[in-house]
Amino acid sequence: MAALSGQRRLERRWGLLMAVPAILGFVIFTAGPMVASLGLSLTDWQVGGTPSFIGTENYTALADDELFWKSLSATTYYTLGAVPLSLIVAFVVAMLLNQRVRGLPVWRTIFYLPTLVPAIANVVLWIWIFNPDFGLLNSLLRQGGLPAGMWIYDEDMAVPSLIIMSTWAFGNTMVIFLAGLQGVPQHLYEAVSVDGGGPWHRFRHVTVPMMTPTIFYNLVVGVIGTFQVFNQAYVMTEGGPNNATLFYVYYLFRKAFRESEMGYASALAWVLFMIIMVVTFLLFRNARRWVYYEMAGGR
Amino acid sequence: MRTRILLYLALAAGAVPTLLPFVWLVRSALMQDTQMFIAPPQWIPDPFQWSNFTEALTAQPFGRYFLNTVVIAVISVLGTVLTCSIAAFSFSRLRWRGRNVVFAVLLSSVMLPYAVTLIPTFVMWQELGALNTIAPLTVPSWFAGAGGGVLNVFLLRQFFLTIPFELDEAAYIDGASPWRVFWMVVMPLSKPAIVVVTIFTFIGTWNDFLGPLLYLNDEEKYTLSIGLASFQSIYITQWGYLMAASAAVIAPIIALFFFLQRYFIEGVTLTGIKN
Repeated sequence: MAALSGQRRLERRWGLLMAVPAILGFVIFTAGPMVASLGLSLTDWQVGGTPSFIGTENYTALADDELFWKSLSATTYYTLGAVPLSLIVAFVVAMLLNQRVRGLPVWRTIFYLPTLVPAIANVVLWIWIFNPDFGLLNSLLRQGGLPAGMWIYDEDMAVPSLIIMSTWAFGNTMVIFLAGLQGVPQHLYEAVSVDGGGPWHRFRHVTVPMMTPTIFYNLVVGVIGTFQVFNQAYVMTEGGPNNATLFYVYYLFRKAFRESEMGYASALAWVLFMIIMVVTFLLFRNARRWVYYEMAGGR
Repeated sequence: MRTRILLYLALAAGAVPTLLPFVWLVRSALMQDTQMFIAPPQWIPDPFQWSNFTEALTAQPFGRYFLNTVVIAVISVLGTVLTCSIAAFSFSRLRWRGRNVVFAVLLSSVMLPYAVTLIPTFVMWQELGALNTIAPLTVPSWFAGAGGGVLNVFLLRQFFLTIPFELDEAAYIDGASPWRVFWMVVMPLSKPAIVVVTIFTFIGTWNDFLGPLLYLNDEEKYTLSIGLASFQSIYITQWGYLMAASAAVIAPIIALFFFLQRYFIEGVTLTGIKN
């Protein structure tokens, strides 16, 4: 008994000690800045000056800020296009790669390649693919006798172009789908086959329901990620043409680090935070209707 | 047999659009600028303009950028692996009051958009006089990855939970300390999970753009991402250079992945789903 409590004490002491770096990291780099950002959002603060408290003025100013609404709608448009498209593409490819395929490492590498390309190299590459005069896309279209487009240089095509570009790098979503597919119990497939079900039945009644938690995970991660799209707008389009790709975080970045309106930018950050929270909450609430958990309460 | 053929046809059909941009990149990297404009496009460079590579890579100190990026990536990987696994050990194999609550609170930071912490964090580094140093880019990783890095703690914790607890008990009976159990028992058995965290962190730092953009001003401190972005705005008319520089930035990470992809995919499967 004495030995046991000694062990308990040892675990408690070491347990706390070993959690210290993680807890400190949370306080210094997450909780602290989060509270500070809320505080800053209630001030008028130009860099170099001192912050002065102005209450909710930044937030009310947002409502009249045309660019704020523009950036919000551009970002929403991007999310609504990019997330479903990459989910579908990643799921289909993961299904293919989950078959017994020869040369699996090569196939995996091929489909994962675009994800590995450093964000900026990716952007630079696609600037030339979208080039209206001699880019890859228009060259191919012209060869096929199809009309060429202006892509990122056209106000209506700019966001769809960036959606195409983001779908190209579906590798992370695919890997998580692959992991999920490998966790689907084989005996369920066998059960469907015994009942005379074909491939479609196996897909519809085993694969899809068993994969709903993975689909849901990728959906949430995808939405949170695309809401924060930045690089393309910064390097590729600078928010243009005519603010068509003025994505939210890019607008925030411009306010904070170009126009040095830190208070206003902090208000932008908090509004984004609240939007993401609401969207995530709605997704979770909706998930109860379609996400299937085999073992509720499993670890 | 027919379904087999269809399977390979489908895979090949998917591989073409995936690879085409790379082929385009490589062919452009090896072309004279004039040749790129020809319509219909030429796919095989004639002649092969190898000098694009040497000239692009010497036009800006890409060797220097490469080294800077490696230093930041290595420091970040070491910090993340070490502090995340220590935390994961505490949250999975040591019993202490409040453990699960603390873990849940930490994990909640994964949901936080980075934009929310961006400005105060920047101001904090500014106040500490750490702008234009690698501290803002590396120090957070030594606090269990901080922010989104908590996912690594989660991943490692899930993995640690699969290791039989009898091993710890046996070691404790022999008088081992928790540190010794962590270092001599749990860590050696967790290589797949550690490889995954290493690759994720390495790729993450290698590809990071916003961090270096905010914190590094001196050209000689630039990382590859920043170097390439500024290269793009300077050499906007020298496409061959630009393509060659992009290809050179991409190549090392592709090579790394090709050799490690087995561990990577298996590791994700192991740590993600099975208990």
